[in-house]
Amino acid sequence: MSAVVAGLGVAALACVPLLLGDYGLSLAINIVSYTVLATAWSLFSGPTRYVSLATVAFFGIGAYTTAVFAETLAWPLVLLIAAAISISVAGIVGLSTLRLSGVYFVIFTLGLAELVRQLVTWYEVNKTRTLGRYVFTDITAAQIYWQLLALAVLVFAVGFLIGRSRLGLALRAIGDDETVARHSGIDATRAKVALFVLSTVFMTLTGAIMAPRWTYIDPAIAFNPVISFTVLIMALLGGVHRLYGPVMGVVPLALLFEFLLARFPNHFSIMVGVVFILVVYAIPRGIVGLVERTVRWPA
Amino acid sequence: MLLEVTLSGVTLGGMYALVAMGLTLQYGVARIMNLSYGELLIAAAFAAFWFYSGLSLSPLLGLIVVPPLAFAASYAIYRYLLQPLVRRAKTRDQLEVDSILATFGLLFVIQGVMLALFGGAYYSYSFLSVPLQFAGAIVAANRLLALVLAVVIGLGLFLGLTRTRLGTAVRAVAVDPVAAQLVAIDVRTASALAFALGGALVAASGVLVSMFLTFNANLGVVFTLKALIVVIMGGVGNLLGALIAGLILGLTENYVATFIDPGLTLAATYAIFLIVLLVRPQGLLGRADR
Repeated sequence: MSAVVAGLGVAALACVPLLLGDYGLSLAINIVSYTVLATAWSLFSGPTRYVSLATVAFFGIGAYTTAVFAETLAWPLVLLIAAAISISVAGIVGLSTLRLSGVYFVIFTLGLAELVRQLVTWYEVNKTRTLGRYVFTDITAAQIYWQLLALAVLVFAVGFLIGRSRLGLALRAIGDDETVARHSGIDATRAKVALFVLSTVFMTLTGAIMAPRWTYIDPAIAFNPVISFTVLIMALLGGVHRLYGPVMGVVPLALLFEFLLARFPNHFSIMVGVVFILVVYAIPRGIVGLVERTVRWPA
Repeated sequence: MLLEVTLSGVTLGGMYALVAMGLTLQYGVARIMNLSYGELLIAAAFAAFWFYSGLSLSPLLGLIVVPPLAFAASYAIYRYLLQPLVRRAKTRDQLEVDSILATFGLLFVIQGVMLALFGGAYYSYSFLSVPLQFAGAIVAANRLLALVLAVVIGLGLFLGLTRTRLGTAVRAVAVDPVAAQLVAIDVRTASALAFALGGALVAASGVLVSMFLTFNANLGVVFTLKALIVVIMGGVGNLLGALIAGLILGLTENYVATFIDPGLTLAATYAIFLIVLLVRPQGLLGRADR
C-alpha cells in the first residue's frame, strides 16, 4: 500500500519539469538536491550523532570530477569515477578519525573542505595554470532534475533498507552508548566508516550531477562552506532520527533562503546564522520530533 | 635565510600558542567547543585596524581596550547563549554536540556582521614595519613586538592560573567538575570566568596578529581550525602542550611556505594533525584518560 503511494508520489514529482517554467524548475532542482544532501547527511550523523561539517568537500569533489571528465568520458563513467574518489577520501578520513572521540571528527571535517579547496587551487594554479574550468555538456535542466530525483529515491531506499538491517541496529546501539555496543560484539569503527562512506557517495554524486548547472566552476564556487552549513541546518530542522525527517526541513528552508537571498543578499549570512541558532534552541529534535510529541499528548 | 624563516616561524607559532591557550581554557574548563572562536580574533583585528586608521591611535592602546570588551562579550555569550545548553544537556557528549551547533550558528552571525561592515576585502595597516637586525637576521619590528607581548601575556596567564587561588579553582574544574564542587568551588562561575578569559585572550591575539598579518572577514575559521589542532596536539587543557604544539605548527608552516610551496601550508598542518591523531590521540603532553 505505502509502496504504491510512494510510487505515485515519485511519478507525480517526475512530471514537475513538464509543468513548471525555468524559475520553478531551478527551485525544484534546488529542493531535490538539498533533499539528497540532507538525507545522506542524517543517514550517517542521525544514528551515530557524529556532526559532519564536510558535506561540501564531497559535493565539490563530485563537481570537479564532472568538470574534468565530462567532455571526454561517457556520463555513467563520470559518475562512477566520482563515487570511487569519494569512497577513497571518505575511507581515509573515516578510518583515521572515527576510531577516536567525536570531537576529532568534527574538527577534521570542519577543515576538510578548506583542505581540499586549497589542494585543488594549488593543483590548478601550478599544473593547469588556470583557476576556473568550464563545464560544457548537453545535459538539460530537466535531465538534471530527473537524475537528482532518481538519486533521492535511491537514498531513501538505501536508508529504508539500512534501518532494517543488522548495520542499522548496530548504528543505533552505537548512538545510544558506544561502550555498551562494543561490549556486545559490534565492530563500531567498521560500522561507522561504512556508513560514512555510503553517505558521502550520495553527496559526491549530487555534486557531480549539479555541476553542469553552473557551466563555470572554480574552487570557491564548488567548495562554498555555506552548502555544508545549509545542509546541516535543514537536516536539524526536519529531524535526524527519522528517514523522512530532513525533507521536512529542506522544503521550508529552501523557500525561506530563496526569499532571503533575493531580499537581503548582503545580510544573508547573519539571518541564516540566526535561523540556525533558533533551530538549535527551540526545536532540538526537529519538526518531526515536535509533531510526534504533540500528537502523542492528547491520546 | 634559514634563521629568518625560523624567527618568523617562532613569532607565528607563539601567536598560535596564545590563540590556542584561550581555546584550551574554553574547551578544557567550560567544556564548550567554540567554533566561533576565530571570528572573535578577526573582530579584534578589525577593531585594532579601526583604532589605527580611523582614530589614528596606536594598536597598543587597542590591546588595552579590546580584550576587556571581548571579556564582557564572551561572558554574556556564555551566560545567555550557552548556559541554557549546559543546563539542558544530560551528558557531556550531548553538551559537546549542542555547543558545536550553537557556536557554529554564531560563527555565521559574527562573520555576517563583519562582512556587512567591512566587505570581503583584505585589510592590513603599517605599524612599526621597520627592519631590525637580530642575531644576523632581519626581523620586522612589529613581529618582534607581537612575539614579546604574546610571551608576556602567556606568562601572565600561566602565573595567574598556577599561583592564585582563583586560577587553582579554574584548573580544578578542568580536572573534574564534580569533584571541584565537593571542595566548595563554584563551578558555574569558574566556567563562565574561564570562557570569558578565553575570549579576552583571543581578542588580545587578534590585536597582535593585525599588526603583522593581512586579514579579512572570512579568515576566522582558519584560526579556529589551527587553534583546535594546536589544542588537541598539545593535549586538552595543557598550556605547556599548547605552547609546544603552537611552535611546531608555526615553524612547519613557515618552512613549507618558504622551501616547498605557500599553497601547501594547510596540507602540511593537516598532515601533522593526522600523524598526532594516529600516534598520540591524547596529545603530546596529554594524559590518556579521555
